[in-house]
Amino acid sequence: MKKPPLLLFSFVIIYLVFLYAPIMLLPIFAFNDSSIIAFPLSGFTVDWFVGLMGENTLHRALKNSLIIAITAAVISTCFGILTARAMARHNFLGKRPSFGLIMAPLFLPEIIIGVALLIVLIQLGISLNIWTVILGHILICTPFSVSILYSAFNNMDKSIEEASLDLGETRFGTFRRVIFPLVKPGVIASLLICFTISLDEFVIAFFLTGVEPTLPVYIWAQLRFPSKLPSIMALGFILLLLSLILLAIFEYYRRRSETLIGNQPS
Amino acid sequence: MTSEQNDNEQMVELRGIRKSFGDLEVVKGIDLNIAKGEFFSLLGPSGCGKTTLLRMIAGLETPDDGTIVISQQSMNGVDANKRPTNMVFQSYAIFPHLNVGENVAYGLIKQRLPKAEIRQRVDAMLKMVDLDGYYNRPSYALSGGQRQRVALARALILEPKVLLLDEPLSALDKKLREQMQDELRRIQRTLGITFILVTHDQEEALIMSDRIAVMFDGNIAQLGTPKEIYDKPLSKRVASFIGVMNFLKGKCVGETKTDIKVEVATLGQVSFSRDLVPEGVSLDHLNIGFRPEMFTVLYDKKEKAENTFMSEVKNVDYYGDMTYYTLALPNSDMDITVSMRNTSGRYVYGLGEAIRVGWRSSSLLILN
Amino acid sequence: MSSIFRNINASLAGWRLIGTPFLFGFLLLVAPLFLMIALSFWTQDYLDLDRTPTLNNYRDIFSHPVYVLLIKRSVIISLIVTITTVLLAFPMAYYISFYGGRYKAIWLFLITIPFWTSYLLRIFLWKIILGYNGVVNSGLQSLNLIEEPLSFILYNANAVVIALAHAWAPFAILPIFVALERIDRSMLEAAKDLGDTAIRSFMRVTLPLAMPGIVSAALIVFIPTIGDYVTPRLVGGKDGLMVANMIQVQFSKANNAPLGAALAITSLLTVLLISLGFLFFNRRYLRKQSS
Ligand SMILES: Nc1ncnc2c1ncn2[C@@H]1O[C@H](COP(=O)(O)OP(=O)(O)OP(=O)(O)O)[C@@H](O)[C@H]1O
Ligand SMILES: [Mg+2]
Repeated sequence: MKKPPLLLFSFVIIYLVFLYAPIMLLPIFAFNDSSIIAFPLSGFTVDWFVGLMGENTLHRALKNSLIIAITAAVISTCFGILTARAMARHNFLGKRPSFGLIMAPLFLPEIIIGVALLIVLIQLGISLNIWTVILGHILICTPFSVSILYSAFNNMDKSIEEASLDLGETRFGTFRRVIFPLVKPGVIASLLICFTISLDEFVIAFFLTGVEPTLPVYIWAQLRFPSKLPSIMALGFILLLLSLILLAIFEYYRRRSETLIGNQPS
Repeated sequence: MTSEQNDNEQMVELRGIRKSFGDLEVVKGIDLNIAKGEFFSLLGPSGCGKTTLLRMIAGLETPDDGTIVISQQSMNGVDANKRPTNMVFQSYAIFPHLNVGENVAYGLIKQRLPKAEIRQRVDAMLKMVDLDGYYNRPSYALSGGQRQRVALARALILEPKVLLLDEPLSALDKKLREQMQDELRRIQRTLGITFILVTHDQEEALIMSDRIAVMFDGNIAQLGTPKEIYDKPLSKRVASFIGVMNFLKGKCVGETKTDIKVEVATLGQVSFSRDLVPEGVSLDHLNIGFRPEMFTVLYDKKEKAENTFMSEVKNVDYYGDMTYYTLALPNSDMDITVSMRNTSGRYVYGLGEAIRVGWRSSSLLILN
Repeated sequence: MSSIFRNINASLAGWRLIGTPFLFGFLLLVAPLFLMIALSFWTQDYLDLDRTPTLNNYRDIFSHPVYVLLIKRSVIISLIVTITTVLLAFPMAYYISFYGGRYKAIWLFLITIPFWTSYLLRIFLWKIILGYNGVVNSGLQSLNLIEEPLSFILYNANAVVIALAHAWAPFAILPIFVALERIDRSMLEAAKDLGDTAIRSFMRVTLPLAMPGIVSAALIVFIPTIGDYVTPRLVGGKDGLMVANMIQVQFSKANNAPLGAALAITSLLTVLLISLGFLFFNRRYLRKQSS
């Protein structure tokens, strides 16, 4: 490979520093023995992590967020499977518009989605709770699920399914014994991505949650109290590690999906 | 039913099968009967609708019109998974997440047979296709030829009445292809199952089949045994698709009750029995054809033939077992191809050499 | 006849699958958007809604300078963020595509890692970096480069731009990278063979071919940032507030949902218009290039 021009290379290094600057601060202040978030640092402590254990509101928020994220991930992934499969294998009237509608949340500011849902829920007299957040999250997670799963369904050699039918298996049996095992890595990747997106989503949750906060809503509330900031840093650090683990698993399954489906001669 | 004892029982009957994709009519009304135990080939150039026809027999595609009868049962409304047919796909369609044994057992597992029986039948089938001991081999670790055998075993283990093969050998190299051709033939004879093979390789069709249907543009152009198709092609198009054929112009110059006399361009006058004249040809513009091996090079000056002419070698293609000469026809700017087997010690002419060629009137064909 | 039946059959098969997600999207996105449009023509009457259609909400928006100012500011900030983000992202994407060699995947991975922290925290961390006692100020002070902490970097539009340019970086890098990857390297060789200088071949070959990626990057950044709520609240101060914050206020404290809906519709239309403008200029640019 030829060498990059010095100017370009320096830019790349500075840009990387810019990208990493904020998250570098997380571990620094999470372990800093001072209740003020500022330099100079004063010493090492794990108190902030220990402190998180006793925060009941945090635990409730975490529980809410987990319920929301898991439910939203499962339902969006089901929607993702249905949509990706329809797009990859069927031609039908209104294919493009319906696909556009399902993908539209990707191209709308979250505040618009949040507000629009809020209006409907209020008009219908539905009280806000974690289920209303789940509805919103399904809406924004489904497009991500579709984009992950579409290639899995589309790259699969059609004759593999036909072979299964030809060998006497029913359509449902074909899905269970051939299609699903082949797209399973993609399904897992989609579950992980949707879970992560939902866990992190703030604006829609902020609009649609009732008295039960989600984790980001809890964090938002805490950001107003300077004394809580070091604990939030500790929490943020834990969340970062968690996301990275999920990301690593996601990457593993995405590659598996590619090798599994990409391995056939065509 | 009495017909069960009948050797000539029809296994597959196609009646007026039509299929279009959008505005494109791909299969244009095909009628065809295929007998039980027959090795039948659908031969034709790319895009002529062979695969589509095969897929309709398998139930993977629905005809727009017409009926498919397999073993005296109408297949209208019968799904692929309920038909007594199995298919070997062009891409083999091996299940990538299953190993060899699981691939072959796929259909049996659906039938919920006892595990031990499945295992025993799979092992027997693997033996038959020469994959002894490959049961646990993962499918990605297979060569092209091995994939082909797995696909074959997977289909045959269900004991279909008809086995459909879509260009099963086209992805293999020449050596392996020839070996598999023999093997397929052997398996077909052993099991007595009806095979329908789709191929665009005329040599493959000639070697393997009991009968061949030559397809062009969604129609069957000619149906017959390999010998009939090769020796008596009905049209110029079939003739040039199968083997090499020289074409000459001809014109009827005299008729009797039984014969017609034809002036064949620069070769002279030849008589043909009226039986050999296809229907509907214009007697003023006849297409005359002959195969390269039907004309003989006369090496010895004293050698005799019914007709002879002198020419000059314009090109030589040496194939080892055969030599193909391109020669100018006497008093014409047309070229013909003549082939000779290279028996031991036989001379191979060089460019520009004079050559004497002999031929018999009966080797000329009138083509549509 | 039979072909019509086949079409209907094929449609049914497709709709059996996509029906549920479509219905969900219709009920929870399309219907709400229409209701939002309707609401924007109604009036809030304390706790009741007056459903007589009226343009008053829109009249309010365009007659009160504060709303116009917020929308204008949101558009301007978003445009600056978009331009900054894309300008910064392009060299990075270019570097990965042309000099990444075997490590392209790792580079892409490296770029996405920082974005797996909570969005809220990422924005908030900029407050720590840019704040009065923040990393930048204390760093510069300890180096004796400045006497007093800089104050123009937090609680204003600058901070919003920096934080958003950071938050949307990978969304700009990825599409540009994908477009650059599609460029046939032999075309660049050919341009060089024809005697083009590096800059000329960049302008004549690389840039036009990368344009679709640049345009998608711009749209991907522009559309969500104009509606961003978190960043202006956290680092924008009073002068950095944007239209989303006002929409939120209307739905909560001000209890004027119809006005909030009208504001949302107005910003949505603004986004739509500007996005179409992007696409239009891109088309013109590409046509001029090819002719
Ligand atoms: N599902 C389909 N949709 C639209 N057109 C199709 C479809 N399947 C086949 N065709 C068209 O029908 C024609 C015949 O296709 P078919 O696959 O039967 O040809 P073939 O004889 O098997 O050719 P080949 O030797 O190339 O496999 C082709 O023009 C092809 O493009
Ligand atoms: Mg074919």
